[in-house]
Amino acid sequence: MAERERRRTPPYGGVFIARTQVMEAEDIKRAIWRMGHEIIERNHGLDGVVIIGLQTGGVWLATDIASALHEIDGAEPPLGTLDVAFHRDDIGLRPLLPEAPTRIPFNLDGQAVVLVDDVLYTGRTIRAALDALNSYGRPRAVQLAVMVDRGHRELPIRPDFVGKNLPTRRDEVVDVHREGVDLGEVVK
Amino acid sequence: MKHLLSINDLGAEGIDEVCRLADHFTEVSQRPIPKVPTLRGKTVAMLFYEDSTRTRLSFEVAARRLSADVMGFSVSSSSVNKGESVRDTVATISAMGPDAIVVRHRSAGVPHQVAGWTSASVINAGDGWHEHPTQALLDCYTIRDRLGSVAGRRIVILGDIKHSRVARSCVMAFTALGAKVTLVAPATLLPPAVDSWPVDVCSSLDAVLSDCDVAYGLRVQQERQSEALLPSLREYTAQWGLTVARAARLPAGALVMHPGPVNRGVEIAPEVLDRPNATLNEQVRHGVAVRMAVLYLLLAADPEPRPQGEAS
Repeated sequence: MAERERRRTPPYGGVFIARTQVMEAEDIKRAIWRMGHEIIERNHGLDGVVIIGLQTGGVWLATDIASALHEIDGAEPPLGTLDVAFHRDDIGLRPLLPEAPTRIPFNLDGQAVVLVDDVLYTGRTIRAALDALNSYGRPRAVQLAVMVDRGHRELPIRPDFVGKNLPTRRDEVVDVHREGVDLGEVVK
Repeated sequence: MKHLLSINDLGAEGIDEVCRLADHFTEVSQRPIPKVPTLRGKTVAMLFYEDSTRTRLSFEVAARRLSADVMGFSVSSSSVNKGESVRDTVATISAMGPDAIVVRHRSAGVPHQVAGWTSASVINAGDGWHEHPTQALLDCYTIRDRLGSVAGRRIVILGDIKHSRVARSCVMAFTALGAKVTLVAPATLLPPAVDSWPVDVCSSLDAVLSDCDVAYGLRVQQERQSEALLPSLREYTAQWGLTVARAARLPAGALVMHPGPVNRGVEIAPEVLDRPNATLNEQVRHGVAVRMAVLYLLLAADPEPRPQGEAS
């Protein structure tokens, strides 16, 4: 979601032009498969593990990770979605309306929550998500899975499961979807 | 948008935006901890010159669930009793730096005037017989929630239209969204300019009930009975009340709505109010989410419009 919104917001507003494709559809699939194994390994199985995708970019990825987990382990971890708009620290600095529903139809107390997002950049979305999770209960642990870690953190936040580490410049934009990952610029 | 003074400030698109946003706040209200930090540091002042239970409480709950601070004000315990004018009271409250002022007053147009006297956002919470925009918004939200959409619905508004700010705002909102509105009331309780409203007027409740999606009852304002507009309450109920027998003629699934406070047994029979298609408590619940959406739009969302036409 961060990337998506950033693209619409000055000084970013404009049209995204892909320059290079850094991952292909098959790479994405393999990364999801590996991250699935890592999640199971880290949590010694899937007992008490729930998956929450961040709206909007993290939701398809969370769904795919959940089905990978199901294929690998046979268990079906609960799957939710979270829109962090109301918890962001830049409300008022840029146009910000929630885009998609939050659905967490299960209790988080004592669970290990795997937050899923497409791109990890400044870390501010994740900070907002951690804040939002507090209103749903007290998870035993929160872990973070992202397809792309592009650096430039502004907060002490690090991912637990990463599809790809991708060094970027701040003026670049990373576009993640099922068919691959594109690196490019937004042109006015 | 800076102020919410009239439903016309929003238009169909704005009403729709409030409803979509209210969906998110409905979800927030269902969380184990129904509170978000969105308006932390903002202050909302309540300036109520008229009695109110649900509107005032609803705005206060809405502001608190968004983590805003609330400044209360009630006429009975303030300097208004010492003769302070509205203008001076607004100047005093403004000097304390609220971000929004929620105004209710017995005279039409006061919120519009207040908007000219303060740099805060002003929300009209009812002015005289004129407008009550947040009530109309929560009614639109309730109809949308129950029936899927307001567009194309046949809505009958019955009762004291003349003295009702709710009726004025609701007619504007419902027709802006494409509903077909019919007013049913005794001639003495219809506004003089009703011909210019985008509605049908019918003098018989029995003629319209079997063919509507929503029956919207208004309170008979008993404080105005001295004007001799009605022969008696019993006669009103006999001819214009939504009695059990009349309610039986409503199509299956038709809603019975009322903005409250309700005179049980006068405009609507008590048995009718307790049926599952009566939405009175839902309207109150939705009122909180809708007012959160309004506060959010006025105080948090950036005034810059969002670029259109991009894939999301």
